Amino acid sequence: MSNPSQAPTVDLKLYRRPMPFGWWLENGAYFRFIARELTCIFVGLFTVLTLELVQAVGRGPAPYAAFMARLEGSAYIAFSLLAFAAVLYHAVTWFNLVPTTVVVRLGGERVPDGLIAAAHFAAWAVASLVVAFIVLRG
Amino acid sequence: MAETIKLTVARYRPEEQSEPTFQSYDVPYNKDWVLLDALNHVKNEIDGSLTFRWSCRMGVCGSCGMMVNGVPKLTCAVPLTDYRPSEPVRIEPLQFFPVIRDLVVDITSFLGKLSSVKPWIIRDDVEATEVAEYRQSPAELDDYKQFSMCINCMLCYSACPVVGLESEFAGPAAIALAQRYNLDSRDAGAEERQDVLNEHEGMWGCTFVGECTKVCPKNVDPAGAIQLYKMATAQDWMKSMLLPWGAK
Ligand code: SF4
Ligand code: FES
Repeated sequence: MSNPSQAPTVDLKLYRRPMPFGWWLENGAYFRFIARELTCIFVGLFTVLTLELVQAVGRGPAPYAAFMARLEGSAYIAFSLLAFAAVLYHAVTWFNLVPTTVVVRLGGERVPDGLIAAAHFAAWAVASLVVAFIVLRG
Repeated sequence: MAETIKLTVARYRPEEQSEPTFQSYDVPYNKDWVLLDALNHVKNEIDGSLTFRWSCRMGVCGSCGMMVNGVPKLTCAVPLTDYRPSEPVRIEPLQFFPVIRDLVVDITSFLGKLSSVKPWIIRDDVEATEVAEYRQSPAELDDYKQFSMCINCMLCYSACPVVGLESEFAGPAAIALAQRYNLDSRDAGAEERQDVLNEHEGMWGCTFVGECTKVCPKNVDPAGAIQLYKMATAQDWMKSMLLPWGAK
């Protein structure tokens, strides 16, 4: 018998498929994943815009008015619509993933995933209503 | 003539070809068959050279995983009737693994990743197993039971693009397995495993595509295991940063 500690060696000519450049186009789930990742660019850009707004408010009424006038340009409106859609997609896809990241137990039972996601969507709706109330009231 | 269905199967014979090709076989559309039965029909009746792995035929051994129409599946768990006889079913080896022959892939790297996370109970006071008794309540068992159901079928690796992009990534099943031991009340090895997994090749390589969980035939939820691991690690890090006496 051969030495049992030595596994028999075979010369293998393995085939390794290179990862195609368009791997994320081959599969719907991968495409949605990449879309989710890319929408974060808009989240970032919108944050920058909001910071600029805060800065303009801090500088006084005239810079604030100038900033607001700039926002009314069609390019900014187009950007806002696009960013809104992207942020919406980003938020929805992430909220749907939340149940995977948190395990909540109530009385020994694991709270079902749907309920955790629903709670997040509900909190989001309430927050949006509060913001809408504050903004539209003024 | 009885109804048939076409299987389009990837063939790779390393002694005669440098890249896989496809070969088609017509098999009976038997309503009692799973895909693996159809492949065995090919092997027994049509072409004995077709090579693939299987053993238990009941979703336990984890060796019959293949890409079916681009989706990783246990072929012994998929009824043939899931597919319409009018369209050919494409069967390929699990993707992101090197192919040895036809539908057989090389699992060496996977085995190395599994053992790298030290998947055994680690504690300082291991007594002789004959005298020692380590009790566990049903609730404590529940904490990790789900992650212990893995059958090492590697479907999750074939579903994960990060595995395809970064060959060093530990991957879903290995990280879920680490969690299986970390969450075991009898284990004290979380810190040792952290050394392996708190790395870019470990849990932080995961970008949360989430497909591993969708394809897992045992509901292990590896994506969940990895995110919980990230959360716990981030919390420990925050504590160690904010509290001068550390997280321990
Ligand atoms: S986690 Fe699921 S898909 Fe991955 S190897 Fe284990 S059983 Fe298979
Ligand atoms: S043959 Fe064992 S899992 Fe399919």
